[in-house]
Amino acid sequence: MSTLTLAMRDNSTMVRRQLKRLLRYPSMTVQLVATPVIILIVFVYVFGGTLGEGLGGGGRDAYVNYVVPGILLMAVATAATGTAVMVATDMTEGIIARFRTMRISRASVLTGHVVGSVIQQLLGMAAVIGIAFALGFRPNATAIEWLAATALLTLFVAAITWLAVALGMKSPTPEAASNAPMPLILLPFLGSGFVPTDSMPTVLRWFAEYQPFTPVMETLRGLLMGTPIGNSGAIATAWCTGIALVSYLWAKNTFNKA
Amino acid sequence: MTNLAIAATGLRKSYRDKNGEKVVLDGVDLAVPEGTIFSLLGPNGAGKTTTVQILSTLIGADGGTVQVAGHDLARQPDDVRGAIGVTGQYSAVDKLLTGEENLLLMADLKHLSRKDGKRKAAELLERFDLVDAARKPAGTYSGGMQRRLDLAMTLVGDPRLIFLDEPTTGLDPRSRRSMWQIVRELVASGVTIFLTTQYLEEADQLADRIALLDHGRLIAEGTADELKRLIPGGHVSLRFADDNALKNALGVLGRGFVDPSDDDRLTLQVPSDGDVASLRELLTQLDAAGIEPAHLSVHTPDLDDVFLTLTGQKQEITR
Repeated sequence: MSTLTLAMRDNSTMVRRQLKRLLRYPSMTVQLVATPVIILIVFVYVFGGTLGEGLGGGGRDAYVNYVVPGILLMAVATAATGTAVMVATDMTEGIIARFRTMRISRASVLTGHVVGSVIQQLLGMAAVIGIAFALGFRPNATAIEWLAATALLTLFVAAITWLAVALGMKSPTPEAASNAPMPLILLPFLGSGFVPTDSMPTVLRWFAEYQPFTPVMETLRGLLMGTPIGNSGAIATAWCTGIALVSYLWAKNTFNKA
Repeated sequence: MTNLAIAATGLRKSYRDKNGEKVVLDGVDLAVPEGTIFSLLGPNGAGKTTTVQILSTLIGADGGTVQVAGHDLARQPDDVRGAIGVTGQYSAVDKLLTGEENLLLMADLKHLSRKDGKRKAAELLERFDLVDAARKPAGTYSGGMQRRLDLAMTLVGDPRLIFLDEPTTGLDPRSRRSMWQIVRELVASGVTIFLTTQYLEEADQLADRIALLDHGRLIAEGTADELKRLIPGGHVSLRFADDNALKNALGVLGRGFVDPSDDDRLTLQVPSDGDVASLRELLTQLDAAGIEPAHLSVHTPDLDDVFLTLTGQKQEITR
């Protein structure tokens, strides 16, 4: 077998390991779905009526449709914490030292974490979207638009998860790892996740418009609800690819050095 | 000449921390012939784990040349990894996976076919007495079971050279003995074992050759018998009720000296190989002179003596 096929086999072995671990430790997955659902319910039923009016009429029903992309990205940011903790915990265990003394593709240990996490999060998101439907979410997307939205979400999840893996590996303890991705959870709020950016004061609006989460949310909203996308799609793809690439190299480098 | 599984010369490693440079290994030479058990013996902090980490490609050395399983450690780390198995001091099992899944994970990473992997896992579960626990998560195993699973995982893929870093630390005496038995069986099948331990008895029981590591330097190397010969031989300790009796005994026996470690100066050390005949003769002599020792103990040299004597000498020098 060539080096490449061996590396692919190591990757799939590590992905299977990670999926089994996720099944054995389901509280993390439950939390992954529960947190965004609670935020969704609070925003729709507590703030939704008033915020919906501010969007230009439509009340609570209009707000459900507006807020779903923001909730999905918040779910990704929340999951990043779980991934960082899991990686940091893994690194403190002897099994990683064992992997390092074996003739295997070194990146496969990390790839296992990322692919496992991405699969877990996409399933979690499907559950969140299902509950959003129950709360009145009515997207008008075609099959192609759903497919494009799924592709963008997958790319975004992969990027943030690689970042979480790098942060988890840089953290000296699992406790520190749980704090590192915290700022990510704020980004949907400091962007177009919950209210349009034009309603913000100048400095905040400038930050909200140029931070990476906003173009992703705008593109998702456009694909699902038919709002204008403009160049958000290209900017979102560029951000996600950039974050994924830098984080991948950072994580791999950290793993090889440690 | 036999082939060497490990050949290291001038191995050096130091760490930098707040207090400056800390030398962990200070020019260590190792020669481990294939098919033998080599034991690196030393107290905590001597540099044993660092040595294993370097030899098993986990960390790099600062200096020295090393050949492991015929491959240059610095230039062909992947070839070294392909030939070795490592069981570290801390349990290297995936606690969320079952024992069987842990073994199958190793089989996959060793690129065995599915069929061979399953067969190997079943065989190792059987051999390490883990069949009943095979489908339980490894996190629920006792310390001894985790250590057995750990070693079983190391054996998937049949490594020719196995590093065991303090394999019995924290195990109860029974588990320790079963681990020793496993190690003996392994070496009987032609595998080379590099064992670190802080238990002298363990090195004495298992190792063909023993190296004593202290403060990052090898202070002695040889077979257990060779090492025991490095220090003064056995003696009989006789403690007396009073100074008079001691002086009389010394006069009657004509040999021996007062044990300086006894603050009362009432203990006489008489050189002796400790066998029954010489003991009987000794007691007969004392009996004839009407001297009754209050306490008697026989002392044969063991690796403890070697170790304490050699490390003690070193401390004298540095003082």
